[in-house]
Amino acid sequence: MKIVADKPKMLTETPLHYCPGCTHGIVHRLVAEALEELGKVDGAIGVVPVGCSVFGYKYFRCDVFEAAHGRAPAVASAIRRVVNPDNLIFTYQGDGDLASIGMAETVHACTRGENITIIFINNGIYGMTGGQMAPTTMPGEKATTCIYGRDPKVNGNPIHMCEMLATLTGPAYIERVSCYDVPHVNKAKAAIKKAFQVQMEKKGLSFIEVVANCPTNYHQTPLESMQFVKEKGCSFYPLGVFKDITKEDK
Amino acid sequence: MKKLWKGNEAIAEAAVAAGCRYFFGYPITPQNEIPEYLSWRLPEVGGAFIQAESEVSAINMLYGAAGAGARAMTSSSSPGISLKQEGISYIAAAELPCVIVNMMRSGPGLGGIQPAQGDYFQATKGGGHGDYHPIVFAPSSIQEFVDLTYGAFDVADKYRTPVMIIGDGMLGQMMEPAEIPPMRDLKTLPDKNDWAACGHSDGRPRIINSLRIEPDELEAFNEHLFKKYEEITKNETRYEDYLTSDAEIVFVAYGSVARICKAAIVELRAQGIKAGLIRPITLYPYPTEIIAKLAKCDKVKKFVTVEMSMGQMVEDVRLAVNGLKPVEFYGRSGGNVMMPGDLVKYVKEGK
Repeated sequence: MKIVADKPKMLTETPLHYCPGCTHGIVHRLVAEALEELGKVDGAIGVVPVGCSVFGYKYFRCDVFEAAHGRAPAVASAIRRVVNPDNLIFTYQGDGDLASIGMAETVHACTRGENITIIFINNGIYGMTGGQMAPTTMPGEKATTCIYGRDPKVNGNPIHMCEMLATLTGPAYIERVSCYDVPHVNKAKAAIKKAFQVQMEKKGLSFIEVVANCPTNYHQTPLESMQFVKEKGCSFYPLGVFKDITKEDK
Repeated sequence: MKKLWKGNEAIAEAAVAAGCRYFFGYPITPQNEIPEYLSWRLPEVGGAFIQAESEVSAINMLYGAAGAGARAMTSSSSPGISLKQEGISYIAAAELPCVIVNMMRSGPGLGGIQPAQGDYFQATKGGGHGDYHPIVFAPSSIQEFVDLTYGAFDVADKYRTPVMIIGDGMLGQMMEPAEIPPMRDLKTLPDKNDWAACGHSDGRPRIINSLRIEPDELEAFNEHLFKKYEEITKNETRYEDYLTSDAEIVFVAYGSVARICKAAIVELRAQGIKAGLIRPITLYPYPTEIIAKLAKCDKVKKFVTVEMSMGQMVEDVRLAVNGLKPVEFYGRSGGNVMMPGDLVKYVKEGK
């Protein structure tokens, strides 16, 4: 029998703990595939967050740091100083981690222009702790700490990270993607691969936001949650490239 | 060759000599000369300095650098050290060797910028969440700053644990002659390839982690940590014994306060009062044994703990004395420093 598709070698045999229908598994795979195709698995260093992907160190077959909540960009900045410049370094963070408690670390690693890649999973909710409001929860979207839906007058406004970070000098490449259908999964992979390439060329910080889902805490079926991401998520958080110095160079 | 060094700069150069190549810090008085010095000095020796966006970031950068196998350091002063506590707990739990300097100022809150010793509890009892202790060195001269900083990296590596060096604003700012030991050859530093996550390609990922979600796994880890602390207590406890062999009154003091006590002891002895001093050099592990031994001596009438705080180390002295002799406390706080004459008066008049 001919094998036409297989698990990337960079992913371990440990079964993923993610809920059925969650797109973390897809993005893990895309990161692994991109690194394998670029020949950068050897020497790669991951920094995983606190949140649903806290167990990332069990899944990626490379050296991994489990960072304190929100601090992955600071941890990665220091690793960048210590290791060989050719070692590829990526952080993998959720919205509570990156855009709330770790906002200072995110903004400052970006503005310093650290030669690292940040993979940002934005599903607009605190998944692991049970569905509380995130910094990216959309107006009207329900969460356990805004049970009638986020009211900007009461709960404040959500944050658009790509748009904000694109105002900084440091980042080299910023793109927002999603994984709600196959064409978008393919686009997301191309974006992640480009982000790693930017790092390999020592051009500075690359930042990929994935508009993702959380069927469990949205109280939706996996399919409904994908539809929600497509219709609501991606219209509030428009997909596209927000910064690309490789284009500006030309 | 001895040179005149400012305390903070002496620590910085001693760290470089010890092989420290990475420093992450955030400005706060009275420790600023450490980051300032290392910002130009580390690049000279092939290292790197980052002025972090906060103390929280700086301690997590230390986590990254130490986890990648480098000799690395951060420094701050009391309110900044409070911000680092979460990271120190993670560093202890991930068993990462590194050095943290606290040049204490007066508190609580924003407090003041004058010298104090109000962070004793925070330094020695863990400071952050969970069951752990950093090793805590308390130098009392600039030469001792140098020597303990130089040795701290080896101790940290030996036990894979954070080491904290605590001074105070007075020691950080004053100048004394001191000799910096020779530059360590980096090739002679301990090999960390077995565990450090610096980007391996041998198919065996190195994981730097403090998450242990299974209760039995975490309990076993905590027992492992405390076995390590037992070993540290056995091997690393240090103190100075100053004239206690015939002492009736035993002062217990550390850091700059110990020097004030020595001056008071000289004066008291000139007046016929036999006083001595135990100066803990390690605050964790604490020199409990020598204090317990002195408490059993008939000659010793009482202990007087002297601190620039409202009384923190005095609790460890009481635990060591265990009710055998009175344990008194003399303290100044808010950034005030006692004079030797204050201690002479206290011993003679009880106030």
